[in-house]
Amino acid sequence: MAQMNLLQAINDALMIAMKEDPSVVCFGEDVGHFGGVFRATSNLQEEFGEQRCFNTPLTEQGIMGFANGLAAQGSVPIAEIQFADYIFPAFDQIVNESAKFRYRSGNEFNVGNLTIRTPYGGGIAGGLYHSQSPEAYFAHTPGLKIVVPRNPYQAKGLLLAAIRDKNPIIFFEPKKLYRASVGEVPEEDYQLPLGKAEVVKTGSDITLLGWGAQMETIEKAAEMAEKKGVSCEIVDLRSILPWDVETVAASVKKTGRLLINHEAPLTGGFAGEIAATIQDKCFLHLESPIARVCGLDTPFPLAHEKEYMPDELKTFEAIMAAINY
Amino acid sequence: MDKAKYQSSRVIHCPEFLDGHSVEIPILKILKQDGTVYDTAEMPDIDQALALKMYKTLAFHRVLDERMVAAQRQGRVSFYMTALGEEGAVVGSAAGLNDKDMIMGQYREQGALMFRGFSLENFMNQMFSNELDLGKGRQMPIHYGSNELHYMTISSPLGTQIPQAAGYAYGQKLQGNELCTLCYFGEGAASEGDFHAGLNMAAVHNAPVIFFCRNNGYAISTPSSQQYAGNGIASRGVGYDIKTIRVDGNDIFAVLKATQVARKYAIEHNQPIIIEAMSYRLGAHSTSDDPSGYRTRDEEAKYADHDPILRMKNWLLAQNWWDETQEKALFDTLREEVLAAVKKAEVIEKPPLEELVTDVYDDVPAHLQEQYNNLKEHIKKYPDAYPVTAGRIK
Repeated sequence: MAQMNLLQAINDALMIAMKEDPSVVCFGEDVGHFGGVFRATSNLQEEFGEQRCFNTPLTEQGIMGFANGLAAQGSVPIAEIQFADYIFPAFDQIVNESAKFRYRSGNEFNVGNLTIRTPYGGGIAGGLYHSQSPEAYFAHTPGLKIVVPRNPYQAKGLLLAAIRDKNPIIFFEPKKLYRASVGEVPEEDYQLPLGKAEVVKTGSDITLLGWGAQMETIEKAAEMAEKKGVSCEIVDLRSILPWDVETVAASVKKTGRLLINHEAPLTGGFAGEIAATIQDKCFLHLESPIARVCGLDTPFPLAHEKEYMPDELKTFEAIMAAINY
Repeated sequence: MDKAKYQSSRVIHCPEFLDGHSVEIPILKILKQDGTVYDTAEMPDIDQALALKMYKTLAFHRVLDERMVAAQRQGRVSFYMTALGEEGAVVGSAAGLNDKDMIMGQYREQGALMFRGFSLENFMNQMFSNELDLGKGRQMPIHYGSNELHYMTISSPLGTQIPQAAGYAYGQKLQGNELCTLCYFGEGAASEGDFHAGLNMAAVHNAPVIFFCRNNGYAISTPSSQQYAGNGIASRGVGYDIKTIRVDGNDIFAVLKATQVARKYAIEHNQPIIIEAMSYRLGAHSTSDDPSGYRTRDEEAKYADHDPILRMKNWLLAQNWWDETQEKALFDTLREEVLAAVKKAEVIEKPPLEELVTDVYDDVPAHLQEQYNNLKEHIKKYPDAYPVTAGRIK
């Protein structure tokens, strides 16, 4: 085991993947010699050469189009979009191309080798365009997989699984935690399962569900609630698409209550999808309405980031409201 | 521009402006309409076998297009797109490739697939979206694809194949297998952001890709004069520092020659190339389009005199490699074969219900399996409402 922050864990996973398979190629804006604006791709160019790790021009649609072509050819592209806020020029390439490549060709061709890495989320004073959490846009697209790690251990294991999975994957990295989250990470190669949630802590009164950086918020809120005698079960969804209905439903059947927390705006956010499914699967087990603690329906603010965020206090309040319903 | 190039620029002290015509772009012509070759023209590498293969492909192309438009008018297929007048540009370029080179088309390049040997049955099965369609009945007619023939399945969104071709070719370069990618698109698609993204990516990353623009004058109803200002699509290639050539798209030898040279250069130097083939879309955009609303018969008649197929036939006749008896026999046979193939394909069953949910992912995930199971039960309950699949549900 080694102590790594989330960036180092990602870098370690990329190193392993590139060492293992000469057809793995990493590229994006500034990912070459500079190692990416967050340094997730540090030393990859030195280790594997400019053909396999390189800077691209400033063209997200070009990066994703190029990545789709490379994946279809049989190479293993790991494309970085510098901020998830800038993924939208590539929306067509991801939604109409990556996601539908296998289906539309009857499996004559596929881009299953593709992994898209992109930092998402608030917490770095990034304002509108360095803070967004766009997972729900992509969750509406059959053919994609969406993965979000919560800490360094999860990041390495999930990223290695994502790179090797035979479907196009968007890997959202909580940039707030890049350096802030440090933990024990095995130096060897390992994978964590995609499409599987993890019960982080068991409890009996309410299920708290989230992903990525919000897991820390949920844990803090749970501590506050525990002091009030509320036993919280904490579940990290880990994969947004496909998502682990079974684990979440089993937990809610046990606790009778569900709270979902995400940074993205409330309306159309992925919490809505989860709530609809869980009320269908667990209707007779629910003792209170499913609570959603989410970002406001505004663009991501700057001066009012603290007020916007679904923080531990808002989460705590929602837990207590559910318990006292 | 790197610093050294910038510093060696000619210095001026009064403003001078450049435009798209500052660079003169010549046009390559080899074969005249009467079937003779320009005196100083350098012929492509072509022998009798290749010439006849190309010509038979052109003939097949024209017959299939004619017959499928008729089939669409009769309500037998929902949709079709001809390439009337542009067959030479597509067949000529496909003939300049190695059969293992990847072809990424836009949608009007069935000629390239024909040249590679996609069978009449395969064309028909796709158009009738029956259970033998390689694409499993998922896309509208003419969205062909074949892994075996290295022809990427067509995708309706315009221009998306352009940056993909850059990436595909980059992968070919990494593998060092001396193959390239040829990417077709129209002058209309060249207005999409993906065009600029793709050219720039290919140029910066030295991808062995041939960008082949079919400049056929129209994007549905929009004439090229309303599509771009300046000197066609070729002038943009120069801006991206991509080797660029403009050819007469109705001159199959000019297209073949340009492609042969481009392919050699792309692979030897790991560089992209742009070929702009000037042609004219003699037919409608698709069977859903009626050109009489936006152009005159006189205009069409002018371009009809440049028929690329007749041009090649004239040359073949002059070589004594072809005669009118063979011509008649070929076209008669093709018409019969196409008609028979329509009749055969239209009665083959649609793909089974399972194909609705396969290939979304490599395996069917649990949530989709659940949706499928629910759908199956529903169809069993109301079989008359779902006659295509109800009878075959297990």
